[in-house]
Amino acid sequence: MLRYILKRLVFAIPTLFAVSIIAFIIIQLPPGDYLTTLMADWASQGGAVEAGTVAAMRERYGLDQPIYFQYYKWIWGILTAGDFGISFELGKPVTELIWNRLGFSLLLSLLTLCFVWAIAIPIGILSAVRQYSISDYTATFLAFFFLAVPDFLMALSAMYVMSAWFGQSVGGLFSPDYVDAGWSFGKLVDFARHVWLPVVVIGLGSLAALVRIMRANLLDELSKPYVTTARAKGMSELELLIRYPVRLALNPLISTLGWILPAVISGEIIVSVVMSLPTTGPLLLRALLAQDMYLAGSLILLISVLTIIGTLISDILLALTDPRIRFQ
Amino acid sequence: MNMSPNTSQETILKVEDLKTYFPMRTGIFKAVDGVSFELKRGKTLCVVGESGSGKSVTARSILQIVDRPGRIEGGSILLTRADGSVTDLAKLDPRGKDIRSVRGKEIAMIFQEPMSSLSPVHRIGTQIGEALRIHFGIRGNEQRERVLELLRQVEIPRPETAIDRYTFEFSGGMRQRVMIAMALACNPQVLIADEPTTALDVTTQAEILDLIKKLQQSHGMAVLFITHDMGVVAEIADEVLVMYRGKVMERGPVEQIFHAPQDDYTRRLIGSVVKLEKKAEVRLTRAPIAAEAAPLLDVKNLSLTFPSGLKAVDDVSLVVRPGETLGIVGESGSGKTTMGRCLLRIYDPQAGAIDFRRPDGHTVDIRTADKAELKDIRREVRMIFQDPVGSLSPRKNVGQIIAEPLKLAGVKGRELEDRVSELMVQVGLEPAWRERYPHAFSGGQRQRIGIARAIAVKPRLIVADEATSALDVSLRSQMLDLMMKLQDELGLSYVFISHDMSVIRYMCDRVAVMYRGRIVETGDTDQVVNHPQHDYTRALLSAIPHPDPRERRIHKRFRYDPARTVSANG
Repeated sequence: MLRYILKRLVFAIPTLFAVSIIAFIIIQLPPGDYLTTLMADWASQGGAVEAGTVAAMRERYGLDQPIYFQYYKWIWGILTAGDFGISFELGKPVTELIWNRLGFSLLLSLLTLCFVWAIAIPIGILSAVRQYSISDYTATFLAFFFLAVPDFLMALSAMYVMSAWFGQSVGGLFSPDYVDAGWSFGKLVDFARHVWLPVVVIGLGSLAALVRIMRANLLDELSKPYVTTARAKGMSELELLIRYPVRLALNPLISTLGWILPAVISGEIIVSVVMSLPTTGPLLLRALLAQDMYLAGSLILLISVLTIIGTLISDILLALTDPRIRFQ
Repeated sequence: MNMSPNTSQETILKVEDLKTYFPMRTGIFKAVDGVSFELKRGKTLCVVGESGSGKSVTARSILQIVDRPGRIEGGSILLTRADGSVTDLAKLDPRGKDIRSVRGKEIAMIFQEPMSSLSPVHRIGTQIGEALRIHFGIRGNEQRERVLELLRQVEIPRPETAIDRYTFEFSGGMRQRVMIAMALACNPQVLIADEPTTALDVTTQAEILDLIKKLQQSHGMAVLFITHDMGVVAEIADEVLVMYRGKVMERGPVEQIFHAPQDDYTRRLIGSVVKLEKKAEVRLTRAPIAAEAAPLLDVKNLSLTFPSGLKAVDDVSLVVRPGETLGIVGESGSGKTTMGRCLLRIYDPQAGAIDFRRPDGHTVDIRTADKAELKDIRREVRMIFQDPVGSLSPRKNVGQIIAEPLKLAGVKGRELEDRVSELMVQVGLEPAWRERYPHAFSGGQRQRIGIARAIAVKPRLIVADEATSALDVSLRSQMLDLMMKLQDELGLSYVFISHDMSVIRYMCDRVAVMYRGRIVETGDTDQVVNHPQHDYTRALLSAIPHPDPRERRIHKRFRYDPARTVSANG
């Protein structure tokens, strides 16, 4: 097992290297750079810019150097000093910007995951066991309904309902009083009051997929001969259901657990923007729009790293739960 | 359970006029339609029938574990309980507590596919111990001790380590032993065995049949044994129930069923079994193939080692003459299928030669042939597969499937149409069915489609890999007769791969016996079957159930034991 993990980690290194190059190239792909965007902004506001100023700024940011040299400087900084460069637009180190928001992103993702699993798995089981019944159709209809509603619309209506009818403070993860305050019990309560709404809004959108996966997996397992064997032993239907087919139907779901890691950064951008959540999603969007090279590049690199780590984690989890994989 | 089997003739289970129906969109499917029988303590009742006869549903009805939407519509299943009271199982709620207290405790069941009938993610000890926990509340160390005892009873080597292993670490025979241990956990009065040996090799089958017999005697159980194999019936049955399309055709002592069958269907069934007990008549009257004729296929010292290090084919040499059928017989894992695939270069053997004689007389080594040559040769050497469902594309109609090799050979238009019709007639299919898709055909018809496809481009050699194994007995001899008819018409040679000695004996001129990648014996079929030289061949032959209850012999079989190297999961 340990050997397997080590082997996987060693294999990850060339992948990460390739990914970092591709991330860098993608950022360079659109014509122009940060300064052209900046100049266009200034020009549209009526300001005239001297050609000399642009050249000077370009030199200061190192944008006049060849692209491989820019890449080398960036990656060398990351490897030796953990320095991801500077955000042009915000004028702050990238690391500072990302770490501030990453914690909330991760917390929000985990809470959403727990919420979705807690709801989707029982509904999926019910749908499968009572296939083609009223409850199956109702659950399926609701799940697809929430899938079909655009999430920004759901976010907007939820916020409207909560603030207009219930007078709740909505948007963000804290009330204005607590945003800059240090952690305290009061802040925690305030956080809990705010966080459930984005969790529900984001969760309901992804509910459908999980319910359908669970239902399909379980329907496959329910007709397997080992279910009949267990029934022939005299086991009660409920114990049988939980102990055998549900246990096996969960395996494919476990393998999707790792996917939430990359989604921590890129996921739910629109909902986050609408609800003004302090997560990394809006940050990535802005960096891409402004061609803020180092910030966007670092975020994309981080997504890739988390994808690789996430896949590794789900492989390990799967090996722990399924002996067939462990013994291969 | 201390009752000696022969002192008591009392009936444990009495089934009367049982009806189990499956409501379908198109009407009601009567899977079991008025079946009656009695099961006596210490006796074995065999329920025999071809696929779709309702024998499995009958067995499942007793425990009320028929798959949805099937349900018991009528009749009674009277079980005499251990305390002497009588319960009608047909009246119980299939999800209720009462039927659950019967399942596994008084009536236990074992199933056909020991791999899929056990959970792959639970240890076998847990799965066996469950019945003890459910019915007697036995847990922890006491449960473990009992499970170990059960594993010893079913003769699983090294029970202390086996108890914590998973099913996929065991061979088919060992898995079936695990199933039996599970069924015996609560000392049931009745054991229902649903085709428990069908997925196993003959030698393993003989071991499992012995074990069931032994345990039946020591526990005084009544056994309801479901099978399609008349050989097995003759070996173990006291009484026989012959089923066909949900109805009982005949019921009686085994002696009567085999030697004085009353019913037409039984007679036909026994007939098709007995037919396969000797050589086909068309082959008895045919002039022998000249031994000095130049061989069509000459395989020399062929070896293939898989990357895992397994020597699948080990120094195999054999010869096929024009117009001849060479049988390759062996058990699963003997390398016979791999060897067959090497002949078409589906696998690349590492050493040896496969010399194939082309129509113009010169020979080509298939093992080293280049791409262009190989393409030509694959037109002359064709393959027929075991699984008639999986080997036909469900998205093409029959005409398209048969036309495919012809198209590749450049046949077009009118000529192609005519050739497809001609081929369909040749294998006994209506040319009008060409627009239909494979799912609309029965297993036997599908195998005919596979044969038509194989002979489409006028091959000279056909490698048939277990071509009749998936078919019922009555279809099996039809298919073999068809293959021999085509052989005589088209001058074909066959390499006929099978695990079934009776099929080999029926149709093959010569036979090669494979064991662990090697050919241990080759010779004329009569010679090998009647006077086997190698011990393994003797063991294989003696383990085959003989369809005559007057001559039960698998208990006296010869066991081949190459220095006892079989491992726990071997």
